[in-house]
Amino acid sequence: MKPARFAYQRAATTEHVLEALHRSGGEARVIAGGQSLVPMLNMRLARPALLVDIMHVAALSHVDDDGARLTIGAGVRQRDLEMRHDTAARQPLLAMALPWLGHVQTRSRGTVCGSIAHADPSAELPLVLTALRGEVHLRSRRRARRLPAEAFFTGMMVTARAEDELIEAVSVPAVRPGTGYAFREISRRHGDFAIAAFAAVADEKELRLAIGGVAETPKARVLPTDQGLDDALDTFAWNLEARDDLHASARYRRELVRRIGREVVLAAIRDREARALKEAT
Amino acid sequence: MSRQAPAVLDAGQRHPVRFTLNGRKAGGEAEPRMLLHDFLRHVLGATGTHVGCEHGICGACTVQIDGAPARACLTLAVQADGAEIRTVEGLALAPDRLSALQEAFRAHHGLQCGFCTPGILMSLDALLRERPDCGEAEIRETLSGHLCRCTGYTPIVKAALAAAEALRVPHHA
Repeated sequence: MKPARFAYQRAATTEHVLEALHRSGGEARVIAGGQSLVPMLNMRLARPALLVDIMHVAALSHVDDDGARLTIGAGVRQRDLEMRHDTAARQPLLAMALPWLGHVQTRSRGTVCGSIAHADPSAELPLVLTALRGEVHLRSRRRARRLPAEAFFTGMMVTARAEDELIEAVSVPAVRPGTGYAFREISRRHGDFAIAAFAAVADEKELRLAIGGVAETPKARVLPTDQGLDDALDTFAWNLEARDDLHASARYRRELVRRIGREVVLAAIRDREARALKEAT
Repeated sequence: MSRQAPAVLDAGQRHPVRFTLNGRKAGGEAEPRMLLHDFLRHVLGATGTHVGCEHGICGACTVQIDGAPARACLTLAVQADGAEIRTVEGLALAPDRLSALQEAFRAHHGLQCGFCTPGILMSLDALLRERPDCGEAEIRETLSGHLCRCTGYTPIVKAALAAAEALRVPHHA
């Protein structure tokens, strides 16, 4: 399998990228690590006329931490974020999920924003972004805007990104005192696509569970912490409208939502308690 | 605009690509759509890197790009321009002296048909360099990025553990 022909431009500045996207009339695609896009090119599911390589744009290669939010630039590779010494301290859910992305051999090249752009329904980063109420930072020559994750992911591998827009960064809230996190993925082998993946955030106000791999996009719900939890999980399981596929039946996926979903929200609550103890000492 | 826009490499034309291959300068010409493994094999004649699924699943084409294991089938040759590439040809210390990892694969029957072996060696070589104290769990996690249809993986894990041990023990004169 070889890609169809395309032209290639190695951009040096964000302006070059935006200019190329603007001029191409929807025929250009951004390439970063290429770990989602190149398979699509090889299988000729994507046939862009021009690829704009953003990995040499210095302005896009940073992780910014202003104390309240982590902003991850479009050029930041998954493995680099995984290996940063402070990722687990600054946003534990990100650190929990990163080892589950593909394999080390794809994380070494793949970027955080590239996975967001690809919007695979079973991918971990769209799930984490949804669970954390993260934002996608979009920029074109016309405008800059930020979309909440749930508005950005509009369908299976479909997003609200306009053809001339670059995903410049994604941002997530930094860890907050009194908040607990949990992540779990069910797949046949580590590194395979998730049959279902779970990310939970528990703070003093709410318990939020996001689920990937079941519906066409990651979905999040605020759940009760009292005896209504099981009923709420059952409703969530049916609302996701799971479908049968090669990997698992819809019924099995609903059961995962009920059982693993319960375990993951309880794990997030325990994590909150453990962090509160640590903060107190 | 801060700088003049960089040149667009036309589709269907060949463009110069240069990088370091196993410590030596290498170069040739590639269309933008040429994958790195095809550039290595067909332009540079470095056929040690094998080509399997061509969509990032099987791991046969794994090479090291700037020190990290990566899929050559998910990398364009033009993306690799200026990078440091290491392939299986760069592992042996001399034509008649295998690396500790290669030697362990030979001793522990870590390969049968050998198709997946170059990719697995490049992943494990990077792991053993980065994490000399790695144990079986890390070795297995690294191997999860590779498919081998002959060995059942157990001899590969044994070979990797033996290589890790050999590399930790100081050499006797």
